[in-house]
Amino acid sequence: MTVLVALPVLLPLAAAALSMALGRFADVQRVLGIVVLGAIIVDAGVLLHAADTQGPLVLQMGGWPAPIGISLVADRLSALLLLVSSVVTFAVLIYSIGQRVADYGRERSSTTFHPMYLMLCAGVSLAYLTGDLFNLFVAFEIMLSSSYVLITRRTTSVRIRAGMTYTIVSLVSSLLFITMIALVYASTGTINLADLGTKVGRLPEGLTVALGLLVVIVFGVKAAMVPLHFWLPDSYPTAPAPVTAVFAGLLTKVGIYALIRTQTLVFHHHESWKLMLGIALVTMIVGALGALAQNDLNRMLSFLLVSHIGYMLFGLGVYNVVGLTGVILYVVHHITVQATLFLVSGLITRHTGTVALSRMGGLAKASPLVAVLFALPALALSGVPPFSGFVAKLALLQAGVGAGTIAAYAVTAGAVFTSLLTVYAMARVWTRAFWGQVRAPEPDPDPTDELVVGTGTSSPPMVVASGVLVVASVVIAVLAGPLAEVSERAATDLMHGEAYRTAVLGGVAHE
Amino acid sequence: MTINLTMTVVLAVLYSVGFYLIMQRSLMRILIGIVILGHGANLMLQTVGGPPGYPVMIGTAPPEQMADPLPQALALTAIVITFALTTFLLALAYRSWMLLGHDEVQDDIEDRRIMRLERRLAESEESEEELETEATR
Repeated sequence: MTVLVALPVLLPLAAAALSMALGRFADVQRVLGIVVLGAIIVDAGVLLHAADTQGPLVLQMGGWPAPIGISLVADRLSALLLLVSSVVTFAVLIYSIGQRVADYGRERSSTTFHPMYLMLCAGVSLAYLTGDLFNLFVAFEIMLSSSYVLITRRTTSVRIRAGMTYTIVSLVSSLLFITMIALVYASTGTINLADLGTKVGRLPEGLTVALGLLVVIVFGVKAAMVPLHFWLPDSYPTAPAPVTAVFAGLLTKVGIYALIRTQTLVFHHHESWKLMLGIALVTMIVGALGALAQNDLNRMLSFLLVSHIGYMLFGLGVYNVVGLTGVILYVVHHITVQATLFLVSGLITRHTGTVALSRMGGLAKASPLVAVLFALPALALSGVPPFSGFVAKLALLQAGVGAGTIAAYAVTAGAVFTSLLTVYAMARVWTRAFWGQVRAPEPDPDPTDELVVGTGTSSPPMVVASGVLVVASVVIAVLAGPLAEVSERAATDLMHGEAYRTAVLGGVAHE
Repeated sequence: MTINLTMTVVLAVLYSVGFYLIMQRSLMRILIGIVILGHGANLMLQTVGGPPGYPVMIGTAPPEQMADPLPQALALTAIVITFALTTFLLALAYRSWMLLGHDEVQDDIEDRRIMRLERRLAESEESEEELETEATR
């Protein structure tokens, strides 16, 4: 049973190697990717069921008991996020294959895309499942190094600029991560997350706060919280739509997951986490205002992504069961919806040949299907009932009001204001791109690159893949009841942490 | 644990030089900065394991004179990762040089937009002044 915990990491890693070797057989490569990612969805579903009914599943790698060896842990939070992420990666892969086949035919396949994409999936899974701080670093590196390749693949002069910013910022934060691990190990003598939970509590208060802040900075860069967000709107929009979608959907959320995990399990709530509420408020407002200033559709979506990271920090800053339930619901909703929006933005660009909102028009008439596919996630992101964003936002607002402090009230008001700004930003896209005069698609600005735009059509697999994600976000809204219950149980686990600790340490090293 | 003074000074120098170089414009300097910062971070991991020069293998020394092997294993992994990413950055710098003729990190889009706006404003002000002077003539 516990071997299932390792599969989401091992399968894509092995498949990545195989996929690299099978570079010449395009169809085999594609089927391999689809089968592996499909298997992970099933596996994640089983893990979620098992973790929910029997408590956390733990696999001690190589038979070394924790805290000496590396443990892989699937508790409710990890399994839930793994399930959502695998659905998104699966849909994005279909979309990407559809794009490739529509543009180049079935014979040719990109040699690097499939292996790197599978590596990325392995890194994301490992980040969710690992119970070890250094292993978390390794997971981040697996994920980031494949993302470096994906974002700089087929470099044009625009993409090289974006790739540079992205690579340098991520590398610096990784080096800070190593520094943080060294400092944590120096002060506690362990890097097992469950073990750290008990040992960090015994450190002097000043030291705990300093380490906790360093952790916030390291993961804050990855999660793109203001003021550490500058790299994101610069680098994400230049990549092809499927790559941007998976980055926007997953990478920042893995940063948020790491923040949640470390702040609940290792560094317990502290008075200074009022700071988190402040950061949340600034992130929401700055991101939303940034989005309003954009004319480029993808850049606008990237700023909205930054803005909505603020909601997740908000729930973490409130720090109670209701708040964390809100965060988990929000992460689940946001992974799906943000990835969908970027995929649909890819469809829009394919139609219009441009990303500039001022040069689009009349898409609702030219392609009603794309308009529907855009409208649903846009409404969900804005938090309009009855879509998934509404459920998540409601939980967060309840937590904010329930916390009863002035800071929490202020951020709650900020969250409502940001929702309105999001609605405004989305309405702006709608009126500019979908309403108005129908415009003829612009010619492809760079016919030599791999991205074919301005065709005025979209290939069926791309539409289907985007449709699957749109349906997924509707399903999230329909299943809001059971999902909220699972999230609440996961949040209760996080707040107490005893279940996690006993499952990993087995009660032996429990000094 | 305590750390000896030499190591503290070396670490401080590596970190500050690394961060200083990362703030430079040329990708080559940033690359060297990242290498130096990486050395700093890896050295820090190493020193966490105990004083320099102590053995890690069981049986070679009494336990109180042994270094902790775990940070060394961690440092090894971290070194491999920084090494791989340095190579990647080198390739990126080369590509940038091929495509753009230089390896400087450019201003971001927002900065360039503001710069263009400023220039346009300055130009329109100038032309207004010209118009005014012409009108007074």
